[in-house]
Amino acid sequence: MPTNTKPEKPLWTEEFSVHAPEDKFVLRRQFSKFLVLTSFGMLAGNVWILFRSFMGRSNPAYAEKEVGLASQLRVGDVKLFNYPTANDPCIMVRTRSGKLAAFSQKCTHLSCAVYYSKGNNRLECPCHEGYFSAEDGTVLEGPPPRPLPLIQIAQRGDQIFAVGVVEKRERS
Amino acid sequence: MKPILNELRQRRRTVVDAAVAFLVILLIVQMWLLTATLEAYLAGNTDAAIPGAAVSFVLFLGCFGLYRFVDRIYRT
Repeated sequence: MPTNTKPEKPLWTEEFSVHAPEDKFVLRRQFSKFLVLTSFGMLAGNVWILFRSFMGRSNPAYAEKEVGLASQLRVGDVKLFNYPTANDPCIMVRTRSGKLAAFSQKCTHLSCAVYYSKGNNRLECPCHEGYFSAEDGTVLEGPPPRPLPLIQIAQRGDQIFAVGVVEKRERS
Repeated sequence: MKPILNELRQRRRTVVDAAVAFLVILLIVQMWLLTATLEAYLAGNTDAAIPGAAVSFVLFLGCFGLYRFVDRIYRT
């Protein structure tokens, strides 16, 4: 004989047995696990910087490379070359003072190529209007956080050689 | 019995929420620390590398401890 009594639990609770509050809790637990893994990634980044700081203390040796002739560069002229590898674009300028100066062409902000502005006697980055001194590569204006890496040059007779790179210099 | 259980669940969820929020704060600090250390390294200042790594390790331990705390609540 069938009874009309109401079941204690509706049928759908058996079919969908996921308990929403518990499920949310599991989500929080998984989220916190993800956060811990991200934290480990950050720690790995800091350890990598520490490792590089100790490894990079010895000055690397740079090969000499001929980059141009001094007689071909008049005041305001520019010579582009790659140093120390083919993937490192550099710019050499004869400044208003008559001095030859060479720098990495990559802006220290976001690595756009800088160019020499003859009128202003400065190196300019067109991407975010960062300006560097053509004499020593220090930041004059704009977002770049550091001076341009300096390419050390040596002149023998008329020939100009790139002999080294001063990568890290103090903030100007 | 049921209201007590619900209250316990509610309290447990509040504690877990607080732990996750604190974890997020620690992670933001660690992210800032990594950015600052990297910026200093690229500028040629390697003095920040050791304290940066040490503080990052402490923050990681804090995050891991909070995760263990959340995990323990889940298991009990």
